[in-house]
Amino acid sequence: METISHTSQAKPNYLNADYGLKSWLLTTDHKRIGILYLISISVFFVLGGFFAMLIRLELLTPAGDLVLADTYNKLFTMHGVVMIFLFLLPAIPSVFGNFLVPMMVGAKDLAFPKLNLASWYIFMIGAGFIMYSVITGGLDTGWTFYTPYSTTYSNSNVVAAALGVFITGFSSIFTGLNIIVTVHRMRAPGLTWRRLPLFIWAHYATSVIMVLGTPVLAVTIVLVALERLFHFGIFDARYGGDPLLFQHLFWFYSHPAVYIMILPAMGVISECIACFSRKRVFGYDFVAMSSIAIAVLGFLVWAHHMYVAGISTYAALIFSLLTFFVAIPSAVKVFNWTATLYKGSITFETPMLYVFAFIGLFTIGGLTGVFLAAVGIDLHVTDTYFVVAHFHYVMVGGTVTAFLAALHFWWPKMTGKMYPENFSKASALLVFIGFNLTFFPQFLLGYLGMPRRYHAYPAEFQVLNVLSTAGASILAVGFLMPMIYLAWSLQYGKDAGDNPWHAAGLEWKTSSPPPTFNFDETPTVTWEAYNYDEIDAPGGPTHNKGVEVAG
Amino acid sequence: MWEHLPLFPARASTMAGHVDALYFALVAIAAFFTFLVSALILFFAIRYRKARNPHATQIHGSTALELLWTGIPLGIVMMIFVWSAVIFFMQTRPPKGAMEVYLVGKQWMWKFQHTEGQREINELHVPAGRDVRMVMTSQDVIHSFYVPAFRIKADVLPGRYTSTWFHATTPGHYHLFCAEYCGTQHSGMIGEIVVMDPVEYDKWAASGVDGSLASAGEKSFQHYGCSMCHRADNAGRGPNLTSVFGHQVLLDDGRTITADESYIRESILNPGAKIVSGFKNIMPTFEGQLSEDEVIGLVAYIKALGNGTANLPLPVSEPNSGAYPVAPKPEGSAAKSDKTATTPEKNGAAKPAARQ
Amino acid sequence: MPDNQVATQDLKHHFADLEHQKATSTFGMWIFLITEIMFFGGAFAAYLVYRLYYFNAWVAGSQTMEIKLGAINTVVLICSSLTMVLSVHFAKLGKRKLTAICLLLTLLLGCTFLGVKAVEYHGHWMHHEVPGPNFHFEHEGNYDPHQVMIFFSLYFAMTGLHALHMIIGAGLLIWLLIFNARGRFTPEYNTPVEMVGLYWHFVDLVWIYLFPLLYLISHSHNG
Repeated sequence: METISHTSQAKPNYLNADYGLKSWLLTTDHKRIGILYLISISVFFVLGGFFAMLIRLELLTPAGDLVLADTYNKLFTMHGVVMIFLFLLPAIPSVFGNFLVPMMVGAKDLAFPKLNLASWYIFMIGAGFIMYSVITGGLDTGWTFYTPYSTTYSNSNVVAAALGVFITGFSSIFTGLNIIVTVHRMRAPGLTWRRLPLFIWAHYATSVIMVLGTPVLAVTIVLVALERLFHFGIFDARYGGDPLLFQHLFWFYSHPAVYIMILPAMGVISECIACFSRKRVFGYDFVAMSSIAIAVLGFLVWAHHMYVAGISTYAALIFSLLTFFVAIPSAVKVFNWTATLYKGSITFETPMLYVFAFIGLFTIGGLTGVFLAAVGIDLHVTDTYFVVAHFHYVMVGGTVTAFLAALHFWWPKMTGKMYPENFSKASALLVFIGFNLTFFPQFLLGYLGMPRRYHAYPAEFQVLNVLSTAGASILAVGFLMPMIYLAWSLQYGKDAGDNPWHAAGLEWKTSSPPPTFNFDETPTVTWEAYNYDEIDAPGGPTHNKGVEVAG
Repeated sequence: MWEHLPLFPARASTMAGHVDALYFALVAIAAFFTFLVSALILFFAIRYRKARNPHATQIHGSTALELLWTGIPLGIVMMIFVWSAVIFFMQTRPPKGAMEVYLVGKQWMWKFQHTEGQREINELHVPAGRDVRMVMTSQDVIHSFYVPAFRIKADVLPGRYTSTWFHATTPGHYHLFCAEYCGTQHSGMIGEIVVMDPVEYDKWAASGVDGSLASAGEKSFQHYGCSMCHRADNAGRGPNLTSVFGHQVLLDDGRTITADESYIRESILNPGAKIVSGFKNIMPTFEGQLSEDEVIGLVAYIKALGNGTANLPLPVSEPNSGAYPVAPKPEGSAAKSDKTATTPEKNGAAKPAARQ
Repeated sequence: MPDNQVATQDLKHHFADLEHQKATSTFGMWIFLITEIMFFGGAFAAYLVYRLYYFNAWVAGSQTMEIKLGAINTVVLICSSLTMVLSVHFAKLGKRKLTAICLLLTLLLGCTFLGVKAVEYHGHWMHHEVPGPNFHFEHEGNYDPHQVMIFFSLYFAMTGLHALHMIIGAGLLIWLLIFNARGRFTPEYNTPVEMVGLYWHFVDLVWIYLFPLLYLISHSHNG
């Protein structure tokens, strides 16, 4: 990292402000903490992806011939645990939220910088516990930790992993708390709520979920660990405990957690689509409010994971109804993004390609969610590959695609460097093709009836599984390429300038990479969000460089 | 080639058609919206690319449009909700008079017991053209009974009974999967549903059976001494179990519940959980002493008592013939030969019940 | 010490002024307390569900609780809340000595609570009322001992998590005492005392719910 600053940047910035390991590990600068998170989650993404490749290779043939059944069970469990708790949940909020929220609201830092650093350490300690359970034989409960399997029957290291998940939860809570307080208390003068970028709205909604949902998971995990260690019996049917209570408590967090993963992604899409169509996001108020609506409704739908689990008919119907409601704000967002393109002036830089991919894949992911909300169909397809395909369309097609969009969009801001566009466009294409080839066949597999978490399967499912594995190898190349050319760009990339996309937003009004305290002088905001008309107007500040201070 | 690449599961139950119809409707809706959004994006991307449209026209939004694209999807999903709810009611409400098959799931096998007395492992024979209700429980972790060709799935939980039902239409062999992850050999917990012609099924069910499930339950009822207290003459220390199943039971804390399979099961294993009004908590627990199979036998027997196809036995001193169905016996005869009963009232002394 | 010097020492770089900083900290603390409510909320939800399922067992379990010890602990905690409020008050007035005394009293009362709780736990241990393979329970009433074990499981989980919060609170009080001794708190800057105060009151409030739910509510009920 240090080398960048030497080569070109004369202006002091957060990267060259200080050197050495200590200056990174003890930093309270939100931007450096964002980079720490970026490095950590990238490592976990590669690890989770490695588990995924082994899973896909095993499923190439119907017989369980590559790894043992136990090994396979551990692979999908660790794929899930690593990808969800160590990659998807922190991916956008802890990296880009950390890096961008203070800059977007015109603040010098998050409200509680030390808490922010603590949250990274807590995350790493939690990750350490999870890695410990991976190394000491792995975990085989599935990422859902369903009782009584996890509490009584599993022979793997459940307590260490549970402790890890519990601890990373606090990192999530602290990040969410920091973002909420920052948005409330640290906004620059003139930056009213309705002038906030939609990225901020999305992160605000996400943070509300983090703060309200995560502690419930925490206490649930504590009860699981107590039960496993001391035979508490709370979830054990032999003692009159109710295993379904665990599922209720678990999904009370883990369904909203899905929105922790997708809402920030939606915020990223709003920023990118506005910039590359040079337009204000269509229906700003509705897009902002739909984030809040998703956060609220998201807390009321958890039992749709449990239609077949033995809940009453009427409970299932009520949760089904509420689940249909939560589909609406997502649809509203998709329509508004599409309408944003209308009469825009559209260019096709890499982040925009990811935006197109996101809208298409998220639409499919969302619509197949409607299938699952319909109890009548869910009874057939739940716990099959249909569900696997659905949530990968949302989590990978949605969140990971948006994460890549964000990475390509703000990379020049974070590093001051440009990456090679040819490579990045090629990798975006590979990701799109590879993704669809991997996961579309899984919808068909699911309706055919192939259950998830199967180590071996009947022979008639093989052709579709081979397609899926072939797609996964393309997807892997698509994911590895950005890591290589982005790392390359740190050393050899062209200087990006302060605002290569001529984007709106306060973060683009400071230099790239930004100075330690973000702005030389606290900006005063006199414009609406996405004021592309003013930026692109003749004589407007289209090519503004450096800090602009109004008022 | 379609044997190697099936794209659609077999339809072998009355439910399959309903589920598939809704599925196709949803596929059509999903395809329509996916193509609509994709086509719009493609069209806008080409029509309003920078080369052709160098200056964007700012549009802040349109409340009319927002209402439109909130209202239309809302209307559509509400229709889907109603449609799927109708199907769901069909899926969860077994028709009256359905034949019953009991299932015990354990790591990693399915054990079936037919009321006629047949027992099977990982293979279930059922007749085509009849309603079959599954009464299911697990010996260890949560499993899930899943027959794709029937479009049904229901979790199998430890400590309680869950149920599902189907009406198979086409004879043949179909997959049975465990759909809820249950440990090492989860993917090996598969079996086969053999749907038979009803006539052949009846032959199959009657062959080589030494007594029905209820008669096995009756034996257990005697063997474990249940008949000492649960007496047909209402003179025992426990409630008379004739005509209990399927009826309302008043509990000592004032609640009223319906005596279903789960209630009977709980009352055998955790007798103290729900005490019938007017009785004392004196029954010993049978937790850990009865296998799930024996419990199922007892449940089937008490169920038979409830619908009049079986009667409470004569007191234990008389040997049980084992014949089934037992001919109805006059009710009064039961009390006379009971040697152990010390207090004839229901609210007898609160001392542990005599155990055999 | 002149005011502006204090301000530069205590004001973090990213805040406009001390008032902004304090308001922000307070807001953050309240958000944190909301997460705490949700944390205990999960356990309370489990409690309510099982109380509905297993009413008789709940009554039986509740009747073996040491109401006297619970009541003493409630009084102790309410007193500690008072001393905590007083220490915040004195910190705002800049009276270091009185602040220290009140903090110390709060700490002592907190430790008293933990001590009494330990006595109670010991009693349960002696009576084999700790959940696990050796759990044994005999008491009048129509109940299933397994279900009473679940009552005790939740009792230990809930009071244990509460005690953990008390221990953390005691640690925070010690930290405040050290800072107070160093003269870090002034009438202008006393946010940490106030924040710990909010936390301490919250932990007390959790007990105010735990005590009736675990000890009182079914005590006179005739199972």
